[in-house]
Amino acid sequence: MSESAVRTATRPLAAEGAAGLLRREWPWLAALTFAVIVPWFFFDWTTGRHSGFIVSVLSQIGIMIIFALSYNMLMGQAGLLSFGHAVLLGLGGYVTAHVVTAAKGGAFPLPLELTPLVGGLGGFGFAIVLGYFATKQRATAFAMITLGIGELITSCALMFQTFFGGEGGVSTNRMTGHSLFGLGYGPPIQVYYLIVAWTAVSVAAMLLLTRTPLGRMANACRDNFERAQFVGYDPRMVRFVQFALSGFFAGIAGALYTLTYEIVTYDTVAAPMSANALLMTYIGGVGVFAGPVVGAVLVVLLQSWVSLLSNSWLVYAGVLFILMVTFAPGGLAGLVMMHQPIWRAGRLGRLAGPYLRLLGPVLLVLVGFVLAVELCSFLTIGTAQGKTLTLSRITIDPHGGPPWIVAGLLLAAGGLWLRHAMRGLATAWQAVTEEIKTPELRA
Amino acid sequence: MEGLCHMEVLLVSLLNGLVYGMLLFMLASGLTLIFSMMGVLNFAHASMYMLGAYFAYSVSRVIGFWPALVVAPALCGALGALIEMYALRRVHKNGHIAELLFTVGLAFIIEKAVQMAWGLLPVPYRVPAALDRALFHVYGSNFHAYRGFMLLISVLMFFAIWLLLTRTRIGLVIQAALTHPEMVGALGHNVPRVFTIVFAGGSVLAGLAGVIGGNYLVTEPSMAATMGPIVFVVVVFGGLGSLAGCFVASLIMGLVQTFAVVLDVSLADLLARLGVTVASTNPLAEVLTIPLPRVGALLPYLMLILVLLIKPRGLMGTRDT
Repeated sequence: MSESAVRTATRPLAAEGAAGLLRREWPWLAALTFAVIVPWFFFDWTTGRHSGFIVSVLSQIGIMIIFALSYNMLMGQAGLLSFGHAVLLGLGGYVTAHVVTAAKGGAFPLPLELTPLVGGLGGFGFAIVLGYFATKQRATAFAMITLGIGELITSCALMFQTFFGGEGGVSTNRMTGHSLFGLGYGPPIQVYYLIVAWTAVSVAAMLLLTRTPLGRMANACRDNFERAQFVGYDPRMVRFVQFALSGFFAGIAGALYTLTYEIVTYDTVAAPMSANALLMTYIGGVGVFAGPVVGAVLVVLLQSWVSLLSNSWLVYAGVLFILMVTFAPGGLAGLVMMHQPIWRAGRLGRLAGPYLRLLGPVLLVLVGFVLAVELCSFLTIGTAQGKTLTLSRITIDPHGGPPWIVAGLLLAAGGLWLRHAMRGLATAWQAVTEEIKTPELRA
Repeated sequence: MEGLCHMEVLLVSLLNGLVYGMLLFMLASGLTLIFSMMGVLNFAHASMYMLGAYFAYSVSRVIGFWPALVVAPALCGALGALIEMYALRRVHKNGHIAELLFTVGLAFIIEKAVQMAWGLLPVPYRVPAALDRALFHVYGSNFHAYRGFMLLISVLMFFAIWLLLTRTRIGLVIQAALTHPEMVGALGHNVPRVFTIVFAGGSVLAGLAGVIGGNYLVTEPSMAATMGPIVFVVVVFGGLGSLAGCFVASLIMGLVQTFAVVLDVSLADLLARLGVTVASTNPLAEVLTIPLPRVGALLPYLMLILVLLIKPRGLMGTRDT
């Protein structure tokens, strides 16, 4: 940590430039390039159309990346567990819907490209008001206040017509006719590129924010707020500013949501959306800046892909979440970072064998588990909906014994084998870490 | 306003509020014990309440309501003990946030599991025939026998907890561990076992609340999600580490929610009494003229936020939340 800081400080400024930026931030630039070209992989050249499903999923990923990162500004960077983060997204969305409708009506010529800024300011404004109350407390009390605020705003959204539109929500039309580049924003692909641009800007801004004194103080207040206070900082002020800025980015996500769907309902402020932020951030990893990005991509992909195939999405999400909390509290990014010292020592290859041996049992357990869950699901919900469970044209009867026995056997055999393989991995892991440590000890 | 002037409405609402408040207490007492002792904000607690109702529905179809009154909470208790021993204890080393998130994941899974096992629609879990009648009449309004039964069960349970906590050895250890868990461990008591007992006991209480509340309200997959936040509000409102505070908070919450439904007034009515009339052109007209029954759902959360801001310890809490 200190070593790299020294290196940064002593590096001559002239060396910094496009090349330096490319070398240090190449994964981000690669991701951005990928985001720009990926819709064209699914372009239907015969009809000259983009795949609607793909563009919709990609747009959702962009929105959720901003949302998850803004959530991590609280959870990961400031140690504030919020249960009402969707409120900031939703309120930003409502503000945007009203402003876009007004712009369409000719009240002011606001270019559509800048409306996310309006949503961001809306989220910022509400975050200042709500954060004034919420950030008076920290830890569990903060979590409970945000839970209360979340439920409060959800109830309000269902109750008041003028601003929230009640149960029907507020709908708008994004084709306002005002654009910086003369675009109409009728086709979803144009909105997708707007989302890509704003996601890039927001991610960069949030990344830079972590390197400001504010970002560092947020870390300090998370790790030891009494000591931060002792040094002369007001932890409450740090929490408040962090909350307000997080609200700004959540508001941008809300605005992009409004532009994509052209309607905002109470779903955007309700608890499931807040839980989604938690899920994405935690599965991705709170300790690493890019963690929530990984989590957002994974969760949205799983959500839209699994929910096409099965109606038990919540079970899979819940189990994945519980496994992460129990065995990998650092999330996916944390798991990757664990391998960094081994990779630096050039010994990652030693772990390849044990990891490959894990593949078989994991596959068995996965198939067994999915089979069991789907059998349960088709026993009740599927029957009620008149669906049948088919696996490549073979209809499986969930009322019969054999499929259940197969699922049970797969789970049991896979479980035992997995345990054995995990032990092998643990031994190999320990051996490698010992090897890395020993020369350091000698030196 | 004239609703208040009628004695019977007041009395019946008071009784209903009491019944609801006691039901809340049955849920909140377990949660407050778990929260105060283990520091775990158990999001799956309301799921245990839901499981209690569903277990009772299934069991009562086979062997009747009365055995179900014992069997369903026992099942919930066993499940709670298993969760604590084999999962929560493992997560414990990852910190409080991880434990809390674990229970959030558990709540997801239980909700979906209930949907898969019993379907998406409410199940016809009914009040037993013996209690499905009016107990007595108050100024022409009926008081249902089942509500009397609920009140009886919750009062019995209240005394049972009280006796257990003040008159038995394990109760004294639990009480000590509420405020000084480290010291209790240092004195040689098996704190993990106490944790398991408290977690299982809390699950039993939540299950019991589900058994008697499931047929009074509705037994459906979303019942945990609707009850959960309110129980949290009660626990925080009453204060950590205080069963008495939890009791008072439950009753206040029950009464507030019941009376909010009965009193048909709005802020505009209140202002009219003070001689201020609210015109419909007033930008705040929508907020001011909304009647109290429609705002009823908001009140618990307003109370939660207010109490956390003014008195972070809650009504009778012994330490900060």
